[in-house]
Amino acid sequence: MNLKTAKPELYYLQRAAFYLLVLVITVYLLAPFFWAVLTSLRSPGDLFLTPGEFIAAPTTFQNYVQVFSNPNFQRGLLYSLIVAVGSVLVSLLIGSFAAYALGRFRFKGKTVILYVILGVSVFPQIAVLGGLYSFLQGADSALNAAIEASSSGTLDRFLDAFKLYNRPLGLILSYLIFTIPFTVWVLTSFVRDIPGELEEAALVDGASPLQTLFLVLFPVMMPALVTTGLLAFINAWNEYLFALTFTSTNRTVPVVIANYSGATQFDQPWGPIMAASIVVTIPLIILVLVFQRNIVSGLTAGAVKG
Amino acid sequence: MTVQVPTPARPRRTRGIEAARARQALWLLLPTLIAIALVAGYPLYRTFYFSLFEANLTNPEQRSFIGLGNFWFTTQEGVALGFLQDPKWWGAVKNTLLFTVVSVFLETVFGMIIALVVNSAFRGRALLRTAMLVPWAIPTVVSAQMWAYLYNDSFGLIGRGLLGGQAVLANTDTAIWALIAVDVWKTTSFMALLILAGLQSLPGDMYEAADVDGASKWTQFWKLTLPLLRPALLVALVFRSLDALRVFDVMSVMLGNVNAASTSMTGYARQALIDNQLLGMGSAVSVAVFLIIMVIVVIYVTAFRVKFD
Repeated sequence: MNLKTAKPELYYLQRAAFYLLVLVITVYLLAPFFWAVLTSLRSPGDLFLTPGEFIAAPTTFQNYVQVFSNPNFQRGLLYSLIVAVGSVLVSLLIGSFAAYALGRFRFKGKTVILYVILGVSVFPQIAVLGGLYSFLQGADSALNAAIEASSSGTLDRFLDAFKLYNRPLGLILSYLIFTIPFTVWVLTSFVRDIPGELEEAALVDGASPLQTLFLVLFPVMMPALVTTGLLAFINAWNEYLFALTFTSTNRTVPVVIANYSGATQFDQPWGPIMAASIVVTIPLIILVLVFQRNIVSGLTAGAVKG
Repeated sequence: MTVQVPTPARPRRTRGIEAARARQALWLLLPTLIAIALVAGYPLYRTFYFSLFEANLTNPEQRSFIGLGNFWFTTQEGVALGFLQDPKWWGAVKNTLLFTVVSVFLETVFGMIIALVVNSAFRGRALLRTAMLVPWAIPTVVSAQMWAYLYNDSFGLIGRGLLGGQAVLANTDTAIWALIAVDVWKTTSFMALLILAGLQSLPGDMYEAADVDGASKWTQFWKLTLPLLRPALLVALVFRSLDALRVFDVMSVMLGNVNAASTSMTGYARQALIDNQLLGMGSAVSVAVFLIIMVIVVIYVTAFRVKFD
């Protein structure tokens, strides 16, 4: 039965083939990223070198210095942070209300609501692009009618604040379209798995649903909230279509990287582009590696269960 | 599922509690429902509405009703104006479908191989598991730029080295394969993660029994692993396919928005809507993309009987 003792040469051949496969997979997964890191540490003149010379060329941090002194990039980081954190906080807050209701309460129409939320998470963002664009621009007729109808100055200013084009708040609002369904789905499956006794005790003591949620369930749900928040943060941090369309100067970091240009229109400054790419990626990789186990459970809760 | 409604000792009183719980549930759901109506429902309604009008993005108030003219319309001079008469649209549909089918297929195969390798015991397994997360953690735009650089015909490792200075991205026919390679690299990890989670939930004693019965590893894979993985695999497939069908960022970054319009349905819609400012036409294309994706969802759900709950 045991190959190692029965046919040692076949066993070692098999092991060697297996480790070769492991090596191939590792190189495939990491090589492009490794090359990007390497490029970010080379001076622009070295890009012409052959691969061997390129690896041996001296390391320099000039690309990183250049990237961090680029005002567009600085602003991009700031806006990305505001927008991603903002949309995650909003969706965690109201998403956990919904998840509590969907995971714990029995009421008519629950399945319908679950399917509507699932439906929103699969439908293409392009289907709402035009509607959201005119809404954020304040060019929406319903919005304009409201502004015109308002006679008082304060209401006018209030509605004017809803012209959200090129403002972080506009992106936060539009990102809810994918962060909310995601958080509701994942949190609902977590809420279902929490043992019921905890909540029953609170109910008997006369706690209101909100008290129960905040004082009893939130502490238990903390790992789930962190995981869900992290995954939603990654999605929001990476978003490109809305960020490209709904902003003109206050761009998030993916849009800045996609449009990174050099001194002239035809100059592609690969060194700084790679440096900017690495800067944006490193925090995510660190987060993902630290929260490895939670991420797998979050992904399977979100994707496999729905 | 556990629900905390006490067993009905006194029916009348219990019904009161149930009604109260239902009311409370509605209040808890209200913020989410309002947010979804505001950012998804209303804009989606506007898209359907504007798809029936000739309207400009800068001034939506000046619009005229043209019915299905955005979809199919030929002027008296015989000029075809509907987007369904535009070969470029059909090119985008063809390329998107090709992109989806090939990349999702390759991701599933590679993801399965990687998951099976990581699931077996060997030294350095933790390391490979960690390496697996890297492509997934990289933002799509960053991976697109990284690969655009690799494909670059004068600087890139692939473009200059392997392909000998050929500009793969300049030609739509070759570009689509280059884009598939990028998407496969980026999202195989996601597939592998989901498959791995499925593999780890399979009972180990089943394989011991199969070993005792003398079933080969190959037979075990086809007769045990694959059928048991089916539910997890199908849901992963659905989600990856839908992601691939609405793809935009890879094309936009690597080819530019003009060429993205001939390689992705979303790119075509966005060009009409935003770059050309044609609110009516762009909305009509968006409706088409929406309907195509919904039809595919329905086919998936009914054909494979995917269960989400």
